[in-house]
Amino acid sequence: MGETMTKNTMILGIETSCDETAAAVVENGTMIRSNIVASQIKSHKRFGGVVPEIASRHHVEQITLVCEAALEEAKVTWNEIDAVAVTQGPGLVGALLVGISAAKALAFSKGIPLVAVNHIAGHIYANRLVADMHFPLVALIVSGGHTELVYMPEHGVYHLIGETRDDAAGEAFDKVARVLGLPYPGGPEIDRLSREAENPIEFPRAWLEEGSYDFSFSGLKSAVLNYVHNAEQRGEAINKANVAAGFQESVIEVLVEKTLRAVGEYGAKQLLVAGGVAANLGLREKMTAAAQKHAVELVIPPLKLCTDNAAMIAAAGTINYLKGVRADLSLNANPGLQLT
Amino acid sequence: MNVLAIDSSNVVMGVAITKGDTVLGELITNSKKNHSVRLMLAIEQLFIDAGIKPEEIDRIAVAEGPGSYTGVRIGVTIAKTMAWAMKKELVGLSSLEILAQNGLYFNGYLCPLFDARRGQVYTGLYRSNSTEVQAIESDRLILLTDWLAQLQSLDQPILFLGNDLALHWDRIQAFLGRQAVRARYTENNPRPSTLAFLAQKYPPVEAHAFTPRYLQLAEAEAKWLAKQEQKGQENGSLHTKSDD
Ligand SMILES: [Zn+2]
Repeated sequence: MGETMTKNTMILGIETSCDETAAAVVENGTMIRSNIVASQIKSHKRFGGVVPEIASRHHVEQITLVCEAALEEAKVTWNEIDAVAVTQGPGLVGALLVGISAAKALAFSKGIPLVAVNHIAGHIYANRLVADMHFPLVALIVSGGHTELVYMPEHGVYHLIGETRDDAAGEAFDKVARVLGLPYPGGPEIDRLSREAENPIEFPRAWLEEGSYDFSFSGLKSAVLNYVHNAEQRGEAINKANVAAGFQESVIEVLVEKTLRAVGEYGAKQLLVAGGVAANLGLREKMTAAAQKHAVELVIPPLKLCTDNAAMIAAAGTINYLKGVRADLSLNANPGLQLT
Repeated sequence: MNVLAIDSSNVVMGVAITKGDTVLGELITNSKKNHSVRLMLAIEQLFIDAGIKPEEIDRIAVAEGPGSYTGVRIGVTIAKTMAWAMKKELVGLSSLEILAQNGLYFNGYLCPLFDARRGQVYTGLYRSNSTEVQAIESDRLILLTDWLAQLQSLDQPILFLGNDLALHWDRIQAFLGRQAVRARYTENNPRPSTLAFLAQKYPPVEAHAFTPRYLQLAEAEAKWLAKQEQKGQENGSLHTKSDD
């Protein structure tokens, strides 16, 4: 094989932090060569949420299959893979351990480096698969497990400036959806229903103390639950669309306001939005309008890259790999891993 | 045949490498400390100490459970991933069958046992003809008292094996008296080298499809199935999800 001056970096990514078993090959941290996701959503739908033990069992069934499919679709051989990048946390510990065990076995079997990746960093780097990153930047990560506002002065450097003090945004969506009798997963249903609303109900906004970038959604959730229960007690039918829209507007307004305030304070050149809730159309519209008003470049990856996937893990892992950061075979899952 | 054997299904974690009839190396710990941190390191170290390269292995043998769900998954995932990546044969064996081998020269019945909490045990019944240990009753998850009541009808001594006997020995003796014999010291540790040799008697399986043997459904799944069954009965339907 002819070696050129600039060698490409080819990373196999593995992600099993929650209910998707995923493997992907990414070239130079920017180009998706393959992105395989075995979703368990149908299995967990029966229970109205992710059951950790069942998620772990499915991961064992799928893990080598998704890895093989990722290599085949990428049309690469093991010789071309520079490293295996795997999600270390945050996530479900039993689920994380399946991906980590597989990644360690691969690193050992193939004699290639092992790189540990923070799942949140992965979500941020999903953006690099669709656009160049311009620093300094501010990233909002919103999903069923996370609501985090991160400031990045450069590649691989993360400053957590705000996070949820109770429920994650996506968690609040799911709980409200359940009360409204909507199917699981509830987020997309609420988004869809909101479009039909004529008179959204006014629910409170949780701004917290002056200047805080933290979030809180449990008060809002309780307000919605109270509203629904009170109507039930009075025997009144509720307009689900108006409740959904009122709830969603409250969440979005706080997310957008705080995020754009961070963009201003940190002089961000770019605003990234990622995580499952970034697929929410209402959020996309409001964030797009606000970014335009503040003249900051906004990047939101397409749906497939917003939800959990391994291409984002490979993309974030590429940065660690090029910085020389390595994990060894003692790598353990860290369900509460902090972004540093 | 050269075999790498892996057992992280219970508290005892073991790795062995055998070459033909020889045990090149074997590592056993009996410590609850983090199999996820130690197992892959142990495999790496054993290859170095045994002076053999991973490529020289023909077959990977793994304890497939029953045992700790997480522990079983760590061992099974490492074994199936290595087998797939290095194109090696894979064999999975019952964790109880491996432990039962320690009673090869016992004249009577063999009862390997792992604690499964809430008064339950993972166990099975085996018997040796001094060249081979054979299963008499299949592996199961059962209340220890129910199991002991069944064993009372046996006409010969029963050798109980496993470190978890420390938790249950009083009860076993109360039921079986002198019919119960307690394994000692090393006999209570499942040996990975035993797994390596035993695995050579079985045909290899496909790595992708290989999964642990949990011996029970996840709790949420069991409840869901029970509910479906109830619904089916209420609707007068004979067909339930569980017999699909
Ligand atoms: Zn995620």
